[in-house]
Amino acid sequence: MTPNLHLWLIPLLPLAGAAINGFLGKRSSRQAVSTVALVFSGAAFAMALWVVSQFSSLTLPYIETLAPWIRAGAFQVDFAFYLDQLSLIMLLVVTGVGFLIHIYSVGYMWEEGGFYRFFTYLNLFMFFMLTLILASNYLLMFIGWEGVGLASYLLIGFYFLRDSAASAGKKAFIVNRIGDFGFLIALFLLIKHFGSLNYAELAHVISPLHIETHAGLFTAIGILLMVGAAGKSAQIPLYVWLPDAMEGPTPVSALIHAATMVTAGVYMVSRSHVIFDRAPSAMTVVAIIGTLTAFFAATIGITQTDIKKVLAYSTVSQLGYMFLGCGVGAFSAGIFHLMTHAFFKGLLFLAAGSVIHAVGGEQDMRKMGGLRTKIPWTFWTMTAGTFAIAGIPPLAGFFSKDEILWQASRVSLIYWGVGVFTAFLTSFYMFRQWFITFFGEYRGEAHDSHEHGGHGHDSHGDDHGHGHGGVHESPALMLGPLVVLAILSVVGGWVGIGNRFENFLAPVFHSTATISADSFDAPAVSTESTSPESLSPASKSEESGKNTELLFTAISVGAGVLGFLLAWQLYYRRPELPTEIAAKLGGFYYTVLNKYYVDEIYAAVIVKPLIAFSSAVLWQGIDRGIIDATLDGSAEGAREVSDSMRHMQSGNIRSYAGWVAAGAACIIVFMAWMAVGTR
Amino acid sequence: MVPLSYYLILSGILFACGVTGFLIKRNLITIFMSIELMLNGVNLSFVAFAAQWHALSGQIFVFFVMVVAAAEAAVGLAIIIAVYRTRETLNVDQINLLKL
Repeated sequence: MTPNLHLWLIPLLPLAGAAINGFLGKRSSRQAVSTVALVFSGAAFAMALWVVSQFSSLTLPYIETLAPWIRAGAFQVDFAFYLDQLSLIMLLVVTGVGFLIHIYSVGYMWEEGGFYRFFTYLNLFMFFMLTLILASNYLLMFIGWEGVGLASYLLIGFYFLRDSAASAGKKAFIVNRIGDFGFLIALFLLIKHFGSLNYAELAHVISPLHIETHAGLFTAIGILLMVGAAGKSAQIPLYVWLPDAMEGPTPVSALIHAATMVTAGVYMVSRSHVIFDRAPSAMTVVAIIGTLTAFFAATIGITQTDIKKVLAYSTVSQLGYMFLGCGVGAFSAGIFHLMTHAFFKGLLFLAAGSVIHAVGGEQDMRKMGGLRTKIPWTFWTMTAGTFAIAGIPPLAGFFSKDEILWQASRVSLIYWGVGVFTAFLTSFYMFRQWFITFFGEYRGEAHDSHEHGGHGHDSHGDDHGHGHGGVHESPALMLGPLVVLAILSVVGGWVGIGNRFENFLAPVFHSTATISADSFDAPAVSTESTSPESLSPASKSEESGKNTELLFTAISVGAGVLGFLLAWQLYYRRPELPTEIAAKLGGFYYTVLNKYYVDEIYAAVIVKPLIAFSSAVLWQGIDRGIIDATLDGSAEGAREVSDSMRHMQSGNIRSYAGWVAAGAACIIVFMAWMAVGTR
Repeated sequence: MVPLSYYLILSGILFACGVTGFLIKRNLITIFMSIELMLNGVNLSFVAFAAQWHALSGQIFVFFVMVVAAAEAAVGLAIIIAVYRTRETLNVDQINLLKL
């Protein structure tokens, strides 16, 4: 007996919170606004937990249809929610981490202007994100997809008075639109060829079809979906918006641009695994994009000095890992990393926010240092996050990253090699940040000379009640979520021990296993270990595989430790060394420091020609020259004619009489002429 | 018997006189009388045709025109008096409040 879950309540609760705060928040006190925001996001989390408690009695996938939406012939789309193991995990991550970050935000944003606006947007984001996750078809997912983009735009541009924040918001939105374009085309292709957008129906239609040996329909759909995912999840070539998105308040960076929204692409690709399973070329594209992004972003992360920028590039890099996992067919490993990443990256961002808060708005790591003893809670939680992301066992990041690398190594050693090297880089830049921020001497300004007042980074120039008192630990409201996330970052990976996580997700990706077992060898092999039936015949090779796996694990852990040691050497023992190395590397260092000039290249190759074309042809040529000219011309013509006709209406009665007489004369002439004609 | 064309020519002359007076005169009363002249020109052609074709409808029409003209004269003269009282002139060139 399947109980009624009322899934619709989960997204609608945050929407109700957003509505209440949006309409009434301006006149309410901060206490009231934060209570509303916390109650409604907390209620969503409670609902999610309740769903978990009912989970064992469900027949999966559980589909809840609310109302018909589009019915056009055979094509139909409903407002319907879809729950299976995959959406359950996403649900827990989004509501759980989201709720924690809501709590944190109350402390973080307390002194800021626009308090109610912030929580309205944050709840709105939760609504759209939950819609995205729970949707039972691609169209509803697309609504959530666009909605989180909107919320992201609003929150990046939260300090809209600052020009850089406003343009960062626009950049994020526009770059995302490029990705959405690919996503939409993929949806059109699905409608055209399969006549449906429902996950269940699509799986039913597509499952019997064979794997494409040459690039074909599935490859096209897969690559287009990947374009959409690359936009949302900040992959090459569309990653450029994410580092700029750090203009938003730090809790936003944690929630939207690290833990949840940017992982929507990974979720979407995993959700479309039926399509990707049948398009090995598309899978390769996904894997290559993921690998390249992971590596590329990690190298940029090394040179950044802004504490949030380091984390931003780290996020891009970790998302690359997730796509690598998906690209080699290890969807569950990708989702696993998504979950652990949500914990430790959410934690790292919140801790970074706490650091920024502590030093009065400074974001430049070079002006920090020695904060270990001054803000011990932040230090210890951030330490947990740093060790987790660096892949040091037994913390969360180790399990998920190792799983991805192991699965990747079974497809190609190149993926594995780049992945391990990236793991080394990750470990290096994270410990670099850790050492610079928390060790050595405090390099900031003297404590009592904060002329920029409070959170300079977030500052409206508002009066801040605090922040002038030197380095200080954050309030308990901010530390609580940090501690919870730190615990999750430590233990969160343990659910993956013994492939439990994979086995849990196996029913979702089940078709993967069967397909890959009978016909195809390259990608998708990975999930073999998930399905028990494929374990027994291959147990012998599994045995030797175990040893290889252990070796590979040792290597990736070694890479993490090596990164730690290098950072320790460079930034703790001999802090003068990095400058020398940078000087030796010269041009290369500056290239990396300037993010490989990707923004500049995009500006020169795409943006400038586009602006030139738009202003010369579209604006001056078509808009001004044709559309405006036509309208202006006809208006001018009408005005000219009216102007000449106006003189008839002189107000002179005798001239009216003259016109009447002339008109009568005309009629008489006409009649006479007619009479002559008929005779 | 006087031929029809004579009546029609006379009628046309009367009507043309009316139109001319209507167009060139400045005094409101003269203009008003020119209109009456035009009406009577038309009336003459009505009765001429009625006599020619032995049809009563033309003569009946003339009665209608006369009734309307009488009513119009009453209203028109009242307006003229009202205009004179307010403007103290009957020169149409100066009665131009509606002019642009």
